[in-house]
Amino acid sequence: MRLTRRDALAVLAGLGVTGGAVSLTQFDPPTADSTGEGSGSDGDLGGGGDDDTPPTAVRETMVAAGEVVYPSAVEGIPEFVETYVVGRARDDARRDAMVDAATELDGVARDWENAAFADLPAGDRDRLLRELGVNTADPVPDGTLSERLRFHVVNELLYAFYASPTGGRLVGIENPIGHPGGTESYRRATMDGGETAESGGTADSGGESDG
Amino acid sequence: MDRTPVSDADVCIVGAGPAGGIVAHRLAESGASVVVLEAGPRFDGDRREQLERHIRPGLGGPWEMGGARDAFSSSGESFYPLNAARVKGVGGSTLHWQGMVMRLHERDFELDSRHGVGADWPIGYDDLRPYYAAAEREFGVAGAADNPYAPPRDEPYPLPAFRPSHSDSIFAEACERLGIDMHSVGNARNSEPYDGRSPCVGYGTCKPVCPSGAKYTAESHVEEAEAAGARVIDRARVRRLEHDAAGERVVAAAYTTPDGETHRQAATQFVLACGGVENVRLLLLSDSDRYPDGLANSSGAVGRYFMDHLFAGAGGRLDRPTRQNHVGFNTSECHQFYDDADPVNGLKLEFLNYAGPSPVIDALHADTWGDDLRDQLDESYGTHVSMGALVEQLPREDNYVGLDPETTDDLGDPVPEIHWSVDEQTEAALSRANEIQTRVLDELGVEDRWSVGPDETGPAYHHMGTTRMGDDPESSVVDAECRAHDLDNLWISGSSVFPTGGAMNPTLTIAALSVRLAESLRATLG
Ligand SMILES: Cc1cc2nc3c(=O)[nH]c(=O)nc-3n(C[C@H](O)[C@H](O)[C@H](O)COP(=O)(O)OP(=O)(O)OC[C@H]3O[C@@H](n4cnc5c(N)ncnc54)[C@H](O)[C@@H]3O)c2cc1C
Ligand code: SF4
Repeated sequence: MRLTRRDALAVLAGLGVTGGAVSLTQFDPPTADSTGEGSGSDGDLGGGGDDDTPPTAVRETMVAAGEVVYPSAVEGIPEFVETYVVGRARDDARRDAMVDAATELDGVARDWENAAFADLPAGDRDRLLRELGVNTADPVPDGTLSERLRFHVVNELLYAFYASPTGGRLVGIENPIGHPGGTESYRRATMDGGETAESGGTADSGGESDG
Repeated sequence: MDRTPVSDADVCIVGAGPAGGIVAHRLAESGASVVVLEAGPRFDGDRREQLERHIRPGLGGPWEMGGARDAFSSSGESFYPLNAARVKGVGGSTLHWQGMVMRLHERDFELDSRHGVGADWPIGYDDLRPYYAAAEREFGVAGAADNPYAPPRDEPYPLPAFRPSHSDSIFAEACERLGIDMHSVGNARNSEPYDGRSPCVGYGTCKPVCPSGAKYTAESHVEEAEAAGARVIDRARVRRLEHDAAGERVVAAAYTTPDGETHRQAATQFVLACGGVENVRLLLLSDSDRYPDGLANSSGAVGRYFMDHLFAGAGGRLDRPTRQNHVGFNTSECHQFYDDADPVNGLKLEFLNYAGPSPVIDALHADTWGDDLRDQLDESYGTHVSMGALVEQLPREDNYVGLDPETTDDLGDPVPEIHWSVDEQTEAALSRANEIQTRVLDELGVEDRWSVGPDETGPAYHHMGTTRMGDDPESSVVDAECRAHDLDNLWISGSSVFPTGGAMNPTLTIAALSVRLAESLRATLG
């Protein structure tokens, strides 16, 4: 199962980050995926550099964490996470807290494991997060280290994933709550069609508009 | 922002939910000078912040309820979770509401005459019928005329009904075999663009927030009132209504703003629209030498007969996909048993489109991640079904809203005390709802069953009955026009005027009464 930039943009749109607000100049030009039906101008790249873009190390740490918290069958994590993280950083308060949390996680890895978090094998990243108690910590934006990591790293990433159609699909729902996936999916018998009553419209028609 | 009083106001409305918003809009449009005082803030800007607050743990509730401003006490046999049951802000509790809307049945207006219980309303269904139609246009109700149990109506709904869900089609097989009729249900939610708002786009989070604006909130009416010239002052907490020396008229509403200043808003007419709990509190706080038991309370009925609807539910799992949690509203109900007389309490059944957990919310609370989490979510999502029901509670004097003199809010005013319990007759009606639900679930072969009945029930957050309407000033607070018996220029808008509450969600009836009140009040302005 492959995540795309479009998936990240769909989640960001749900969070109110749209259009030119997401500057992705440091990434590849848009692909068919990222400009597909429904994403509209969301896939277009903002012009020029963007001061809000989190530092490379932070983006790498978030991608490395994504590889741990997402199911192993998922591909395309770097592009998805980077797009999401950059978009999310449009919100100044969130950006700073996320940058701080990711930086702290990297610092802990360097202290305990003598390596950047992103350079650790995936199993060690998973173990480190669990040793910090992040799996059982309550997500608290300004809480203890584990609580902050849970909120700004793990839950940020899980939210991006499971509120996206592609992430939702993996567990049986292509129109998860938080995603404006239209008013046809609730009438279908299965994720891939099989409508129950007279049909009309297409799958996610109107889906990613935010009205 | 300037929060000082308006000079020469014709009408002062306290509260900017639907009960206040609709009256404000109608009167402002008719040329009256209107000021609305609203205790809560305007929730301007991007609704997506509230969306995230709802989905992600750790951010607090979306509508900022529950601080010192909102303190209350609950003294009855059943705890009443008041701050889950209302919102303070421009739009009022409709910011959070679900948005199911339907008319009361004819029998609801004459329970005493027909069945010897509760009370009769001083008006009947026919009096309210044209106002129900107006209310449906105000909200932009999506509905269809396929409900054989609905009271008579003359005109189609403003918008087409949302089509039945896949989940409904599963229930339909069993209901058909059992002779239980399913039909559409009114939604104050755009199935098509209406009133400048978007159609539903399937965020699935209607309660507590619709980021697209497809769900009606009273913000629409407040905006329209402002466009027609009304002045709306947010964060203005009305603490006392003051009357003239003769005790015949209200002369001013005293309100406090965030800077700690207290102002007096004078007006010719006053409309109380603070919801079924705060309406009472404000009347009781406004006691005086002339009215030692509180304003408009010579009957002693202010605060008495507090009613809510009670929830009954049952559900479980099937061995096939049930496709829940795509949208946050229901598309089918059953009103077949509503008018039954044994027990006499009204009851309606709901077929839920949001049974069981949502994977994203589960994920954010899980204590694992990666493949483990995926397996957990795969197991927890996908095969749930459930039915809900609302059950009527009859008015009883010993269910009341009062003041708790021992506890004060952040301004030093006594907080509301909710004294509430669920009587045996209501419990019998809850059991009856469970019985029907069980028949349906048995027929479907639902496993892993749970139910919410008399022992687990809770309120549906509809605050009714506490300033009841009636012809007799000895036993009621307002007359059939919603005007206080005791004071000429005081009107009460909202479900606190309902003498009985039926088992239908109340807000369409609130809106119908508000349109009617606005008409009567307008006539007094000349
Ligand atoms: C979770 C939930 C789901 C619901 N779902 C449905 C549904 O599906 N269908 C339905 O019909 N109903 C539903 N309701 C009920 C519905 O929201 C209410 O019936 C409706 O909002 C009542 O309208 P109102 O204007 O009388 O009061 P409110 O909407 O509560 O508005 C009252 C306003 O008055 C303000 N106020 C209070 N005191 C003061 C004061 N002293 N000074 C100034 N302002 C003051 C408050 O801040 C508030 O904004 C639901 C409610 C909740 C909480
Ligand atoms: S499903 Fe509910 S929250 Fe989503 S757009 Fe429709 S009305 Fe709004």
